[in-house]
Amino acid sequence: MDRREHLKLLLAGGAGAGLLFASGCSTEDQQISRDIIAQHGFNYGRTAAETRRDASLMAETFFTESEFEVVQILSDIIIPADEESGGALEAEVPDFIEFMMKDMPEMQLVTRGGIMWLNSQCNSMFGRSFTECSDEQQLEIIEKIAWPDNAAPDMQYGVRFFNRMRDLTVTGFFTSQIGVSYLDYRGNRPGFWNGVPQEVLDRHNLQYDEKTLNESIKEDDRNNIADWA
Amino acid sequence: MRKKVRFSTDPYDVAIVGSGAGGGMAAKVLSEAGLSVAVLEAGGFFDPAREEYRTQLRWPWESPRRGAGSIRPFGDFDAAWGGWEIEGEPYIRKNGTSFDWFRSRMLGGRTNHWGRISLRFGPKDFKRKSIDGLGDDWPISYDDVNPYYDKVDKLIGVFGTNEGLEDDPDGYFLPPPKPRLHELYIKKGAERIGVPVIPSRLSVLTKRVNNERGVCFYCNQCYRACNAYADFSSGTCLVQPAMKRGNVELYTNAMVSRVTTDASGLANGLVYINKLDMQEYSIKARAVVLGASACETARLLLNSKSSHHPNGLANGSGVVGRYLHDSTGADRMAILPSLIDRERYNEDGVGGMHVYTPWWLDNKELDFPRGYHLEYWGGMRMPRYGIGMGMDTMRQHIVDEFGNPSPNGGYGASLKKDIKSLYGSTVGISGRGECIARYDNYCEIDPNTVDKYGIPVLRFNYTWSEHELKQAKHMHETFEEILTSMGGILLGEKPGEDTDYGLHAPGRIIHEVGTTRMGNDPSTSVLNKYSQAHECKNLFVVDAGQFVSQADKNPTWTIMALSWRTSDYIVDQMKKGNI
Repeated sequence: MDRREHLKLLLAGGAGAGLLFASGCSTEDQQISRDIIAQHGFNYGRTAAETRRDASLMAETFFTESEFEVVQILSDIIIPADEESGGALEAEVPDFIEFMMKDMPEMQLVTRGGIMWLNSQCNSMFGRSFTECSDEQQLEIIEKIAWPDNAAPDMQYGVRFFNRMRDLTVTGFFTSQIGVSYLDYRGNRPGFWNGVPQEVLDRHNLQYDEKTLNESIKEDDRNNIADWA
Repeated sequence: MRKKVRFSTDPYDVAIVGSGAGGGMAAKVLSEAGLSVAVLEAGGFFDPAREEYRTQLRWPWESPRRGAGSIRPFGDFDAAWGGWEIEGEPYIRKNGTSFDWFRSRMLGGRTNHWGRISLRFGPKDFKRKSIDGLGDDWPISYDDVNPYYDKVDKLIGVFGTNEGLEDDPDGYFLPPPKPRLHELYIKKGAERIGVPVIPSRLSVLTKRVNNERGVCFYCNQCYRACNAYADFSSGTCLVQPAMKRGNVELYTNAMVSRVTTDASGLANGLVYINKLDMQEYSIKARAVVLGASACETARLLLNSKSSHHPNGLANGSGVVGRYLHDSTGADRMAILPSLIDRERYNEDGVGGMHVYTPWWLDNKELDFPRGYHLEYWGGMRMPRYGIGMGMDTMRQHIVDEFGNPSPNGGYGASLKKDIKSLYGSTVGISGRGECIARYDNYCEIDPNTVDKYGIPVLRFNYTWSEHELKQAKHMHETFEEILTSMGGILLGEKPGEDTDYGLHAPGRIIHEVGTTRMGNDPSTSVLNKYSQAHECKNLFVVDAGQFVSQADKNPTWTIMALSWRTSDYIVDQMKKGNI
């Protein structure tokens, strides 16, 4: 099997790509890495080493199918779709969490262990794993671990696990296109900053003093070349 | 190993190591004077205007890690190729002390991602020993550097205001941007308790300085490097323009391992490893200028031993690597209830704060020497990895109409709504202060370790003294006073003695200076007042290694002013036939 074929298999299947990419610095390897990243929809000013690393992470799979199902359910519970916007699933948050597990490997053990803990609790409470539980049963266990200030001492493992899943889910959501749009962030576009809108200043009982208004840059002056004479 | 010569066997007039603020300025000034110049950069070519390098104006979802700092320490879109740890380029820490060494391996070095805070040193900053008896005075004064600060202001561009402050001198400023909403709160709260707040001084073009560079379009992303060249980076503003005019040849991926010297002990060239083929090469030059960064320059000198310079080049004094010091740094955050549920509008502004606080107190009334300035942050910034995290402790700050706080943690639609409400409601303050230069804080060559290029690596020994600890304690008291005065609810705890009062580890502020300091006495300094080595007259240092003391200012503006001054001196000395 040639290298390219091997990589295609890895792309389809997963494991072992890290090893292969560790030594791959040739032009061909670079191209393959770029292809993998492009296939995942990314292209944003990476160095060759970063391209190789990202490609190798993308070619690996961390979560087992049943683990990934738990991640999907939790994401949906944490940020469900509602009348205002799509939720974590529409924002493809589980895929983001899958990537972060490989990008920050220190999260792997605690996340995998947390999923095992959750399944074990469900087995004790309901005689079945988390994914096999009904929606009501799932929420019953989540209620025990979602509120850190009121959780029972023996639920602390679950609280920590759920804190992490909440962190990853909300950050994945609010950095997605759906989430940024819901948040109503208005920037990241060329323009001119002319200060806080007057009605906002009024609402906060604040104003620009005379000195500030006089010395600040004016929009119609910004394209003039500074004259130091 | 074979030695090859690239480009030409004729010697260059000047070979410069490093393409950052110091090396870039030297390349510009020396080449414009008609000298032939080689610039050796250990990293690759970089130009933020080229699409293949662009991270500016990208959205968080364009990064698979949503901008997290798992690869690049300041986040995935940050322009620095490097960090505190670089694969294959280790360094060692000695005696259980800590020092973290940030390197950017790329054209322009660390000027691609820096905060653009561009502060002149003041008259007192050059004469601190005369004031408080600590450290040493510089062999030069503000009057020596002032004309060069003026030139740098006009060439590079910096916005700010003339305030007539004694130790934060006036300059040639472009008009500043108006403060953002949280900055108005800060100004009001700080001034109420006697802490001045003035427009910041950043090298961002709010107005054009020439026809080659564009003007700021307010995306808040200077740290990603600007494709309009509207902020200062050495590659875009100094090196590339100099290459276009001619006389400059740029060697990228050229990791310099030592400075070569002739039988009389004078510098005559450089040996470097080309990272692409891992072969060793040499080039010849009539003079050598080191702008590799304070620690890398010290490493180069210490690794350039010869019979003339058995202790390392220009190191008869044993001072090379000594007096290493970084800025002190500590930070605190608060949530401002009046900013919860904010009106939305684009308040990106420039890539950094629009207001800051220069040092304002009198040390006679304090229990520590020197000062610090305050940097402010907050606002409705572009979301990136980390947004919405911490709701297990933060959600309680949302209070309903009956005064009931939201419960911490949770899930579902109400959690999502609370995160939206909290967006843009936190503010923070960072203190950045002066550390006293001490002989006992140093880098030296580790006797056991080489990097992947076979070059012996540095070993660091660095501790904070009671001066810095007391200063950090004072910083935290100031943070609490200002944040409380503006109506903020403090987040986190005030750090105590057990955590060095929240001081970041040395090297974390990335203002390391002092390793090849200048002075009038060759037994206690490496360079003379023109940054010329006492023991090797055709060897110069133009990075922050030459600093005697760092001031509570960011070093870049002084690096460029001194590099320009040194370059003028080199031209003059070459004309006179002295080198």
